[in-house]
Amino acid sequence: MRALTWHGKHDVRVDTVPDPQIVNPRDAIIKITATAICGSDLHLYDSVIPGMHSGDILGHEFMGEVVEVGRGNTSLQVGQKVVVPFTIACGSCFFCGKQQYSACDNSNPADKSDASEVAYGYPAAGLFGYSHLTGGYAGGQAEYARVPYSDVGPIVVPDGIEDERVLFLSDILPTGWMAAENAEIEPGDTVVVWGCGPVGLFCIKSAFLMGAGRVIAIDHQPNRLALARRNGAETLNYHEVKILEALKEMTAGIGPDACIDAVGMEAHGFAPDNIIDAVKQETKLGTDRQHVLRETIMACRKGGRISMPGVYGGIGDKLPIGAFMQKGLTLKTGQTHVQKYLPELLKLVLEGRIDTTDLISHRLPLEEAPTAYKNFHDNPNEWTKVVLQPHG
Amino acid sequence: MSASDIQPTQGTNAEMAGTGLLDRKAHEGEHAASSVQAVIINRPRADLYQFWRDFQNLPTFMPNVRSVSEDGRRWVIAGPGGTDIELETEITADDPASFIGWRSTEDSDIDHEGWVEFRDNAFGRGTEVRVMISYDPPAGAVGKLVAKVMQREPRIQARRELRRFKQLMETGEVSTSQAPEAAPRS
Repeated sequence: MRALTWHGKHDVRVDTVPDPQIVNPRDAIIKITATAICGSDLHLYDSVIPGMHSGDILGHEFMGEVVEVGRGNTSLQVGQKVVVPFTIACGSCFFCGKQQYSACDNSNPADKSDASEVAYGYPAAGLFGYSHLTGGYAGGQAEYARVPYSDVGPIVVPDGIEDERVLFLSDILPTGWMAAENAEIEPGDTVVVWGCGPVGLFCIKSAFLMGAGRVIAIDHQPNRLALARRNGAETLNYHEVKILEALKEMTAGIGPDACIDAVGMEAHGFAPDNIIDAVKQETKLGTDRQHVLRETIMACRKGGRISMPGVYGGIGDKLPIGAFMQKGLTLKTGQTHVQKYLPELLKLVLEGRIDTTDLISHRLPLEEAPTAYKNFHDNPNEWTKVVLQPHG
Repeated sequence: MSASDIQPTQGTNAEMAGTGLLDRKAHEGEHAASSVQAVIINRPRADLYQFWRDFQNLPTFMPNVRSVSEDGRRWVIAGPGGTDIELETEITADDPASFIGWRSTEDSDIDHEGWVEFRDNAFGRGTEVRVMISYDPPAGAVGKLVAKVMQREPRIQARRELRRFKQLMETGEVSTSQAPEAAPRS
């Protein structure tokens, strides 16, 4: 089959690779009809995530048709259309039992989980196409993919529905939704979202559905700010205004009730050695750049909530811990428990209450993926979201 | 050694070497390289005991164990450089649904000792499983090579074996991201 493979910094290629096969009883093979490039894929592209091997297949936002199921899979049937969560979860461990699917204890293979256990104290769950720290699973920017524990993860979608309406159930829609849920929004709240990428946009949509009175979105890319405005948000360009002053003025001195960091360490550059160093030597750690997190702590009203869907990987310092404590803030974060939210979000999509297509700027065949990576990386203003169609 | 000798602390997936164990020598084995590891498994302890007690099941979650004879006594373990290490084992303790101890006899290539303990988690979170594995490398040049591998590895090896055992018991399969031709087993 054809697949987008990683070969090093700014070097991704569409190669011919072996077709995936059923390995374990609960596996399924999916013929991929649509797959997206995620902002977090750019950090693999920049080669700043450790644990990548040359030839690894990228992609963790994908959907398609079930073409084969293992003998242990009693729920999926060949021919069904499914969306696949980017988090791989077994469904039977302690964490899956608590619906904390992204903390699954079993999906990261035993010989892959030592590194994250050293870096984070406990092993991370498996993810598709996102380095060997999270399992080394082949991703979905390909014609086919093997889906482990396929009786737990993939959600069946109705025949005939356009792929673009449901594709983002795989990651960014539930990620934006969980971030808004973590912000514990009350009716009439003012919610501020840092970052108007796809996750930030889904945070805006979700916040309004959860009753926010007002959403203020922060970015510096004009097109992304325009998208946020079209979704009902007021916007601030951090190149033009001082964010803390602007927010204070807009809220007449009280401050926002909830602040969402949909940027993370990534916008200002992932410190590449964080995780490697943690594994090599636990005492010599790199430092995450956490400008946005600091700003949320300073901007949030007293007693307010901070939600952090933005990705951090290593160690941070110079956090305004005094402000955090003295103001009595709450912080919630984590990789998304995708499986938990799928039924509810599919319903919202089918009812037409969430538009998932307005952020898509480009639709391309898989063969053009290397160009798409370059443009998504170099020109984020115009390339807001890329959907690839491996089978045309 | 019997189950009553063991007084582990509460905890999940914790490395137990040291603080939680009152008598380090007794509980960690007397060999040059040893490690105790713990994990919690969401299955009744009788099921876990039964699966482990049939030593022929060991290769399903211990990739280093190449084969086990039908009577469960003769183990072939992967040694350095593609060599085979043969062990003749005997059961030293067997407390149904709670404890199994074993050790190698004099007919073995290396000295090996191990035990596994199963106990109910007090708060209904399943079964706490603790494993001790220890090795004494043989003498001589080959022994040095074996030692290099074995002394470095028991902790990692025990941890990975417990993870695979947990995966197999909770999900029915051992997680892998390997392509089929390279997969250890399905």
